[in-house]
Amino acid sequence: MAIKGTDIVKRLPEGGKKNCKECGLPTCFAFAMKLASGGSAIEKCPYISPEVRSGLEDALAPPIRPVTIGTGANALVVGDETVLYRHEKTFVHQPGIAVLIADDESVEAVEGKIRKLKELKFGWVGQTLRADLLALQNKSGDPAKFTAIVNKVLPEVDCPLMLISQDTDALLAAHALCAGRKPLLYPVTAQNLEKVISAVKAKAAVLAVKGAGVESLVHLTKRLKEAGLEDILLDPGSRDLQSAVRDQTLIRRAALKQGFRALGYPTIAFPCFMTSDRRRETLLASMFIPKYAAVIVLSDIDEHSLLPLLVQRLNTYTDPRIPMSMEEKIYPINNPDAGSPVLITANWALTYFIVASEVEASKVPAWLCVKEAGGLGVLTAWAAGKFSGDSIAPFIRKCGIEGMVNHRRLVIPGKVARIRNELAEALPDWQIIVGPGDANEIPAYLPALVKSWKG
Amino acid sequence: MDYKAPLETYTGKIKEVVIGRGPKAIKIGGESILPLHYFEGAAARRPVVALEIDDSGAAGWTEWAVEPYQDVVSDPLKWAGKCLELGADLVCLHLESTDPQGANRPAAEAAALVRRLVKEIDAPLIVYGCGDDKKDVEVLVAVAEACRGENLLLGPAVKENYTDIARAVAENGHCIIAQTPIDINLEKELNVKLLKQLPPERIVIDPLSSALGYGMEYSFTIMERTRQVGVVYGDMAMQMPIIADLGRECWKTNQARADREQGMLWESITAMNLLLAGADILVLRHPDNCRLLKEAIEGKL
Ligand code: SF4
Repeated sequence: MAIKGTDIVKRLPEGGKKNCKECGLPTCFAFAMKLASGGSAIEKCPYISPEVRSGLEDALAPPIRPVTIGTGANALVVGDETVLYRHEKTFVHQPGIAVLIADDESVEAVEGKIRKLKELKFGWVGQTLRADLLALQNKSGDPAKFTAIVNKVLPEVDCPLMLISQDTDALLAAHALCAGRKPLLYPVTAQNLEKVISAVKAKAAVLAVKGAGVESLVHLTKRLKEAGLEDILLDPGSRDLQSAVRDQTLIRRAALKQGFRALGYPTIAFPCFMTSDRRRETLLASMFIPKYAAVIVLSDIDEHSLLPLLVQRLNTYTDPRIPMSMEEKIYPINNPDAGSPVLITANWALTYFIVASEVEASKVPAWLCVKEAGGLGVLTAWAAGKFSGDSIAPFIRKCGIEGMVNHRRLVIPGKVARIRNELAEALPDWQIIVGPGDANEIPAYLPALVKSWKG
Repeated sequence: MDYKAPLETYTGKIKEVVIGRGPKAIKIGGESILPLHYFEGAAARRPVVALEIDDSGAAGWTEWAVEPYQDVVSDPLKWAGKCLELGADLVCLHLESTDPQGANRPAAEAAALVRRLVKEIDAPLIVYGCGDDKKDVEVLVAVAEACRGENLLLGPAVKENYTDIARAVAENGHCIIAQTPIDINLEKELNVKLLKQLPPERIVIDPLSSALGYGMEYSFTIMERTRQVGVVYGDMAMQMPIIADLGRECWKTNQARADREQGMLWESITAMNLLLAGADILVLRHPDNCRLLKEAIEGKL
């Protein structure tokens, strides 16, 4: 629902016919086109009236507001999404994963969670995956306990924080302790709205509003915006899977398809409050990743539950039109040495994953040479001329493998058996071995191959 | 501006496919809503969950996935019964042992096994060949003939071998699984070709299900687009139900093999995603995940 340049120009001075060039552009029309594409700022035209200006600012703002939680290097930006489905265009801002700590938990439990938040990191396709926020909940009902835990945690973590309390005074008191860190406050409701407005200054907090149903959020966000508080997240209050799919979908559609400003904010989801079973909680969180949540709060994290969610998040937010590709290099698997077999494959990440994972499963130490092939799989890369004998030979020569092994035997994928002769001609000192046509045969193939060498 | 819920209705409708016969038949498809959008319209039938068995005694299965079936994996009949006891809507048999690279079991033996199974078990049956284009023709044709009139869901039919399989399926009263390698154009092409041999009510789409971390998002997007093209844009060649045969893909990942709970989540998260993308049949290995996904489908999660 982005506004067009031709609609903007009508609102410019003298109906867009002033053309005084003070904005630095030759005509009002040119300025309007620049504004529409985000290439200029409204301030550049000194003649726009305040009313027109605020109307234009509204029309030019992204349909889902980008919201920053926290400050500094670890601040989390969410929102600013432009599509409902990832095949239309990439989802851009990955949802933040928050770990919940209640103020009635034992010291060990609290410390355990803080440690996990800091230490659980996973390497995946050259990226480091980890959780993002810490949520502190005043579950005890005792404001003093809440203040105590906030004070304890503040110096310990540098990630963005979320504060949760049903007691608005306790919530605001905790906020006062860390307003400089722009925490996320929850819940803001019809009951405490005015109190929150009078206590919280713009840019000192992100406010997560809670309603009962999508429609009930509308007057809350309108009032906050009026008060100059626009860093908002939405919680429509749905606490089961199918209602959540419904509400998340309706909010995203209202923002993108109807251009409905009052719902043009990122959303927050609470799998931690939807079930007490950890597996179900993880599964609910996994639904919220493609279904639009911008912050997902979990009761706890463990290696086995966090890794799949973070991998899913990464995958869901990749550009569906660009194949994932691996860096061209030699990947050691199972601690290979100079006598270990050398395998080659193309650099589509999926190809790499499957081959690497099967080699690993074979328990045979090996060198996996991944050749740049435009991010394609073996067969498509061959068809595109990027995995031919002529192009593999120079790669083998320059990648350094010749200095790493004491033999000259190269296993090529069975799918491109046809390049064998061509490759053998280009690499006369290498023996070219045609490997299995399907990666899942590797665990049987590799041990047998190594055994045959030992004779 | 007042809020008006942006509800949408669509003209396209997924075909109803019936699998099995008599009182044990089940119907899939029939919806003209997007996946799980029950707030925008009812669905004739909600997605179903199948548990997988094979004829090779669960060879190569990760130990956590075999545990629930420990005492029955050597007997596909008992194994299928156990799956139903544990909550599966239907059973999916993989004829692993027919693989020429492996045991290379003859087609006639496989057909005899399927025939015994279909007579004995109390639910519809999905049968997958080993995935070898040539052998699958032999095996699936033999199975189709041996189980005439049983209305199995049989596959995979791929662009290299679909003609003979589709003919046997049509002549013997079964349904077919149209499989393509994560490519929406090839998917439509195969559907169009199959539609010359079979009515749409006898076709189920298998766009290939990759596991989480191994390309799941590609399967997700293909299924999501397939469903949109079928329901929102009314493309008749894309209005068949979708099968997501994902359990085997998930359990063979290193992540699932490394840790029981991680394996459980690897399978259930992949299933959740493909359910959200539009799968009408989820094929899983672990019965606990079958139960969880059924909760999600029935609105109890
Ligand atoms: S400064 Fe304003 S009025 Fe002058 S040309 Fe630019 S847009 Fe038009």
